[in-house]
Amino acid sequence: MRFIKPDINIDFVGRKKIAFLLSFACIAISFLSLIIHKGPRLGIDFAGGTLVQIKFTSPVRIDDIKSGLGNIGLGKSSVQQFGQQIDNEFLIRTEASYRGDEGFTTEIKKALQSFTEGEVEIRRVEMVGPQVGEDLRKKALFAMFYALLFITIYISGRFELKWILSGVVAAALIGAVYIFNLFNVSIPFLIGAALIVTLVIFWFLELKYAMGAIVALIHDVIITIGIFSLMDIEFTLPIIAALLTIIGYSLNDTIIVFDRIRENSRRYHKKPLAFIVNRSINETLGRTVLTSLTTLMVVVTLFMLGGGIIHDFAFALIIGVAVGTYSSIYVASPILLAWQNRGKK
Amino acid sequence: MKNFSWKLILVFAVIVAAVVYVLPTFEPGLWPHKQINLGLDLQGGMHLVLEVDTAKAVEGQVERIAQEIRDQLRKERLRKVSLNRIDGNKISATVQDPQILEKFNALLKNDFDFLKRTPRTEGGTSIIILEIPESEAENTKKLAVDQALETIRNRIDQFGVAEPDIRRQGEKRILIQLPGIKDPERAKDLIGRTALLEFKLVDDTLDVNAAVKGNVPAGREVLYRVEEDTDTGKVTKLPFLLKKRTLLTGANLTNARVDFDQFNIPFVSINFDKKGARDFERITGDNVNKRLAIVLDDTVASAPVIQEKIAGGQARITGDFTLDEAKDLAIVLRAGALPAPVNILEERTVGPSLGADSIRKGLISMLIGGILVVLFMIVYYKGAGIIADVALILNIILIAGGLAAAKATLTLPGIAGIILTIGMAVDANVIIFERIREELALGRTARAAVDAGYKRATLTILDANVTTLIAAVVLFQFGTGAVKGFAVTLSLGVIASLFTSLVLSRLIFDYILGGRKVKTLSI
Repeated sequence: MRFIKPDINIDFVGRKKIAFLLSFACIAISFLSLIIHKGPRLGIDFAGGTLVQIKFTSPVRIDDIKSGLGNIGLGKSSVQQFGQQIDNEFLIRTEASYRGDEGFTTEIKKALQSFTEGEVEIRRVEMVGPQVGEDLRKKALFAMFYALLFITIYISGRFELKWILSGVVAAALIGAVYIFNLFNVSIPFLIGAALIVTLVIFWFLELKYAMGAIVALIHDVIITIGIFSLMDIEFTLPIIAALLTIIGYSLNDTIIVFDRIRENSRRYHKKPLAFIVNRSINETLGRTVLTSLTTLMVVVTLFMLGGGIIHDFAFALIIGVAVGTYSSIYVASPILLAWQNRGKK
Repeated sequence: MKNFSWKLILVFAVIVAAVVYVLPTFEPGLWPHKQINLGLDLQGGMHLVLEVDTAKAVEGQVERIAQEIRDQLRKERLRKVSLNRIDGNKISATVQDPQILEKFNALLKNDFDFLKRTPRTEGGTSIIILEIPESEAENTKKLAVDQALETIRNRIDQFGVAEPDIRRQGEKRILIQLPGIKDPERAKDLIGRTALLEFKLVDDTLDVNAAVKGNVPAGREVLYRVEEDTDTGKVTKLPFLLKKRTLLTGANLTNARVDFDQFNIPFVSINFDKKGARDFERITGDNVNKRLAIVLDDTVASAPVIQEKIAGGQARITGDFTLDEAKDLAIVLRAGALPAPVNILEERTVGPSLGADSIRKGLISMLIGGILVVLFMIVYYKGAGIIADVALILNIILIAGGLAAAKATLTLPGIAGIILTIGMAVDANVIIFERIREELALGRTARAAVDAGYKRATLTILDANVTTLIAAVVLFQFGTGAVKGFAVTLSLGVIASLFTSLVLSRLIFDYILGGRKVKTLSI
């Protein structure tokens, strides 16, 4: 059985302008959404606060819960349905990181018990104080930063097969970060600066494969964050884990295509690069689609059956895998071409 | 063929090792290796991060030093030196008389030379600021955290939790993991309470109501007794005017246990050590007919009238205790007071029913996702698909074996990591199979196509997995709790899938192609 015929020949390269426009539009929308929402919506892991998951044995209206909470001074908390409607499960979220020392959940239970005949079960309590929230925020950003750093070093060494150069890149990058760090800048800024430095280094050292791969990577992460922002989904620790996985995974497809481009460059060295790139994408299309398909199969299963706690995590992976596949075809390779064309002009 | 048998032994050894590690999880007690650890999010339990308020420990130490100086002054009959604690951890001494100042200075030099002294005069009045040196304060802080850790460990041990994990985190934080805890509120109360027991005299000669209004006389303080009406839930606060001086503390206890009075109401009976018993006898002997307040964490538990001198070193703490409250109080008194208050910085509690739900849903997703992938591979690659499926199933066994061998903890994101690996593990085989198909299309023989396919795909597969591994390792380094579990299963999955695709499935191909001359390949 075959989905993709071996002699398939789609003109991917010819449509690169449309793809670029689409990518730009997606990135612009992502940024726009982030600006309108004043940054990503942070869950209690990062913003601090308290989250209580409760389950009722009989149906309950959200308004009742809210008024019940109002009686104990928690009127401002957000209440939302969790999982399926028949589960009668709800998430209560308050900004206050902690109230008093004892009896917080007992109090909530008492307040909610008053208007329902059935049982109230407190299934989960998560409280993160502002200090811990800040620590976790820092940790998450550092994790993103280091993942990008190591992967950059690996790509620049591996794709270009110039490990000494990759050492130079690493040294330059670490030096740049060290200097920025002296100015005591915030971590998001540090990550941004490190990325720009990376791209500039790649540019001057003419590491075109590495450039394509990193741009595709940034593209995937920005769009995933953008979609989360658009859909108003919270950023929690597992979501950061998903983003990091996407960073690692979205490179898989890019590596497959790039390896083939290099192989084909030797075989068809007289043909223009546009031909080689297009041929390579077509030759590896079966692989690219199939590997993403099997991964999507399991993440979609996880999304549908894994339950509420893992829901958003699975969703992030779905987007990441989908966007990652698209970018390995339409972002990474065309950047390689754009680079080559620039050299000719 | 020699090469072939060498690989066979390796594969066999790895599989056997994995099975050996995994089996106790399904058949406990089969041989002495532990089951795979389940994270708190799967088995239910409480995760707490506490911060010891070390600044308070230093303040307490300074307060004790001030008390020692006062005692010394009384002994040497030096009057008119007023000592006050300022800025939390400094003592300000004000002296009017130059003669007394001279003696006071001598006293400080003799007995309290470790204190840093900064004298100044203000309109004829000498003020000396006394400070404990920085290194001493640091030491106190460190000790406070150590002691808090020890005390909390004692309390939890006595409370009875199976396999608690209590450890220091960073400079002044304590991480506590209590799996399978039934009453998280009670545990939290038991852990977080300072449990400072103090005995102070009630001053009935002065008007408590005036003091409540804000006019507290020197050397006195107002503390309250809190009473809750069990029927109406109404809380009343009864004020007491106490002499600030602490006569005796819980540090002099040897034991505390729950007892019942003739009405079957629980109280806590305490035993003093030798010094405590002697002091208690003297205090009660000196203050017959006065009231002695038993103060617990700045709340008056009770304030009975001393009827007579009490010898023998026994006392009882009464109050409106429920049995659980009395039990918990006995535990915290036995384990000792925390050297400084602790604050809860982070709490994550998962009820057992939610944990069981998560396990069930995780396993169902794993099963369905796995079946989908297995079926897909067979439909798409036929015979070769079966090889990939065998590799996949083995992959999962290897991950489980790795989890057990590394004594890692399986969390819900960890299960998600395994599920993700199921999708990613076949990727390597897809890459190889597609390459083999390509080589076959070029007209190579089955044998040559398989050889070329593996040869060319190996590097690509290594690369693709290394990048995922980098992400997983970084995640492991920075992740906490549940997320760490994801990093573990993802890393194990990546390594296992490299092994199964590059070594195991290759071996199966070699076996099929080895014996007879195979013309066609089912791929």
